[in-house]
Amino acid sequence: MKYLQLVWAALLRRKTRTLFTLLSVVAAFLLFGLLDSVRGAFAGAGSTVNGLTRLVTISKITFTMQLPKSLLEPIRALPGVADVTYANWFGGIYQDPKNFFPNEAVSPNFLDAYPEWRMSAAQRAAFRNTRTGAVVGAKLAKQFNWKVGDRIPLQGTIFPQKDGTNTWTFDLVGIYTVADPKMKAQENALLFNWDYFDEARAFGNGSVGWYVVRVADPARADAIAQAIDAISVNSDHETKTQSEHAFQLAFLSQFGDIGLIVGAIMAAVFFTLILLTGNTMAQAVRERIPELAILKTIGFTSGSVLGLLLAEAMLLLLLGGVIGVLVAGSVASALEVTTGAVFPPIVSSLAVWVRSLALMLLIGLVVGALPAYRGLRLRIVDALAGR
Amino acid sequence: MARQRSRWVAGAVWVGIWTLLIAALVLLMMVPGWVLPLLLVPLVIWLLATRIGKQAWSATEVGISTIPQRLGSSSVVVVGIAGVVGVLVALLAMAAGFAATLRQSGSNDTAIVLRAGAQTELNSVIDHDTVALISQLPMVRHTATDQPIASSELVVVAALPKRSTGLDANVEVRGVGERAWDLRPKLHLIAGRKFTPGLRELIVGKRAREQFAGVELGSTLKLNGQAWQVVGVFEAGDATDSDLWGDSEVIGPAYRRGGSSTSVTVQLTDASAFESFKAALSTDPRLKVDVKTTRDYFNEQSAQLTKLINGLGTAIGLIMGIGAVFGALNSMYAAVSARTREIATLRAVGFRALPVVVSVMLETLLLATLGGAIGAAIAWLLFNNYTASTLGANFTQIVFAFQVTPELLWRGLKWALAIGLLGGLFPALRAARMSVTEGLREL
Repeated sequence: MKYLQLVWAALLRRKTRTLFTLLSVVAAFLLFGLLDSVRGAFAGAGSTVNGLTRLVTISKITFTMQLPKSLLEPIRALPGVADVTYANWFGGIYQDPKNFFPNEAVSPNFLDAYPEWRMSAAQRAAFRNTRTGAVVGAKLAKQFNWKVGDRIPLQGTIFPQKDGTNTWTFDLVGIYTVADPKMKAQENALLFNWDYFDEARAFGNGSVGWYVVRVADPARADAIAQAIDAISVNSDHETKTQSEHAFQLAFLSQFGDIGLIVGAIMAAVFFTLILLTGNTMAQAVRERIPELAILKTIGFTSGSVLGLLLAEAMLLLLLGGVIGVLVAGSVASALEVTTGAVFPPIVSSLAVWVRSLALMLLIGLVVGALPAYRGLRLRIVDALAGR
Repeated sequence: MARQRSRWVAGAVWVGIWTLLIAALVLLMMVPGWVLPLLLVPLVIWLLATRIGKQAWSATEVGISTIPQRLGSSSVVVVGIAGVVGVLVALLAMAAGFAATLRQSGSNDTAIVLRAGAQTELNSVIDHDTVALISQLPMVRHTATDQPIASSELVVVAALPKRSTGLDANVEVRGVGERAWDLRPKLHLIAGRKFTPGLRELIVGKRAREQFAGVELGSTLKLNGQAWQVVGVFEAGDATDSDLWGDSEVIGPAYRRGGSSTSVTVQLTDASAFESFKAALSTDPRLKVDVKTTRDYFNEQSAQLTKLINGLGTAIGLIMGIGAVFGALNSMYAAVSARTREIATLRAVGFRALPVVVSVMLETLLLATLGGAIGAAIAWLLFNNYTASTLGANFTQIVFAFQVTPELLWRGLKWALAIGLLGGLFPALRAARMSVTEGLREL
């Protein structure tokens, strides 16, 4: 710590060069912060404490196939099952197909399975008791300026009503929020009563899209999943039950291998960055050979010269990296304001910080190693003589 | 007084330089790529024919000949720009490939009919009567044997493991009748044979076979608990290649869909018949359907994702580009300061400022071009025709190949030049403004 000033002075020796290198590091970690948080959100989907207690039961063929509602009671009767809810994908459009948001018909107790979705008891009761009632997430309500009491018309894409019309109108009775900032993106769904939906739809009556099964003990989840699938084995509507995490991973992986794409981009970015800062450090050391020799002359050991040079590289990386991640946080919130996209948290995410700090230190070590080694091997006489 | 005036002049010069720089960058982004080589011609003429040009060229020659002495910092410019261009071109190639796959799937003289409001085939249901009504319309072309070319098709979904991840992905299974072949003249078998109507047999698209496990020729796969045999492989060169095809009369009952279909696609007598076809459908009170040309239908499906990937690619390219600009600035400032004496000597023997500026700029642009070419080449080698798949509108995988088109290569080169311009100009100006006497004294 006592040498911090010395390291700092070395960095300030050529201000422009340090500034430009720093800005390159900022750019690299800006990109890292943005991409890593997105990748992390994809990889961690559903792996929350509440998610651990939930199983998702879908048709074994694919999740776009319907399941009979008659499975409800046999599943509920299984030992270890705390509660069973079900839902149907509706796929309705509000005004324009570009306004996409998930909308689902759900069973009366659906919200009980998602305790992380907060809504007042009065609004919960209103949802139960209003046949045409619907609840929406706070973000969605804000986006379309909806208030409780509004009537929301959706154009059905899959399910027309019995009278042949495609327009379904719902009464907004509640707005839910999600406390966890990582899960804020879930505040964009519209849920309405399955009973109303099933009565009014032209076909498919008595079938549900998927079941959500809450288990009392997460440790027994696998055994319960097998028991659920055993109910319908060899019937014409076999099921596949997975943990919520596994289901969401499989679902998201259908969009493409996000991890691979992000990984490839980051590899290109950091390869370039290492070369760039490595070159700066090499230049910086080359210019200072006589100074380093003087340091050694006045009693600095080879080891401490090595340490000083390594510290210089790491400080540069840390400084640029931390600024970069902070900038990523503000860029993300700016994007949220302008485009309405929901970004996973960056600045408040411990995982992003752990990974980026580790990378900063590692890259600092790598780019500092060669110049530092040069400093270590330096012979005072030769260096002072300019050889 | 004089001092104030010279400061004012210096300020005006800076404004002028920035304006020129921004104008050059905007122009660079606007012109089509093939113009770039044409710009070389006047440059070369200037370098060879005029006095100042000749000076600039000899100064550039000296600069280039010293590159090997500064290999480290020169390679920063090259590698930095190669990274930007490589990532940019690869991402844009992904968008281009996806868009092209869907664009090729549609045409202006075929039209797809879905249930009103359905948007995609997966959501749609069309019954027998509707199919019959549509087939009878006079705008539908007929085959040599006088059958209307109207293909009612049934789209269902099967989950097959992706080869790359082993995870289940949705694959489109399309139940078709005989007319489907008349509708898609590009589609042909590349192995095996057609499925036999009435049997549980499937043919698999070329891309689907590459991407998913368990759909090899001759293999048996389970759909809805029943065994189906893969008897052929087909290729159409478009999104159809991601499908499995079977007899709609067999697939319908297997998926408890009875005799209904999800869409009717017709071959119009010609593209101009579409408007009257659309009018005929919308005025018939017995029909509740939407109709689009297949070109519009497929282009709409790719529009959103293409826009997203293009936007992301450009944003990532910009951020990386900013990093590369600073890297280039560092390297070129270092290069100029390493050559301080050399440049001062040139000025002392009568070289004007302009040739010095030009020589540093040319050197940077040369390194940038090299970097751009390397980046574009790497993107082309690694990703041209690289196949990937993503969820399409039917909630099924669309397999597509990245397309590193010449247009994208030019665009990569333009980005490289823009970074070179930004990274080279200011070091070049410093070289020109250097005081000759101080420069000569420098060690």
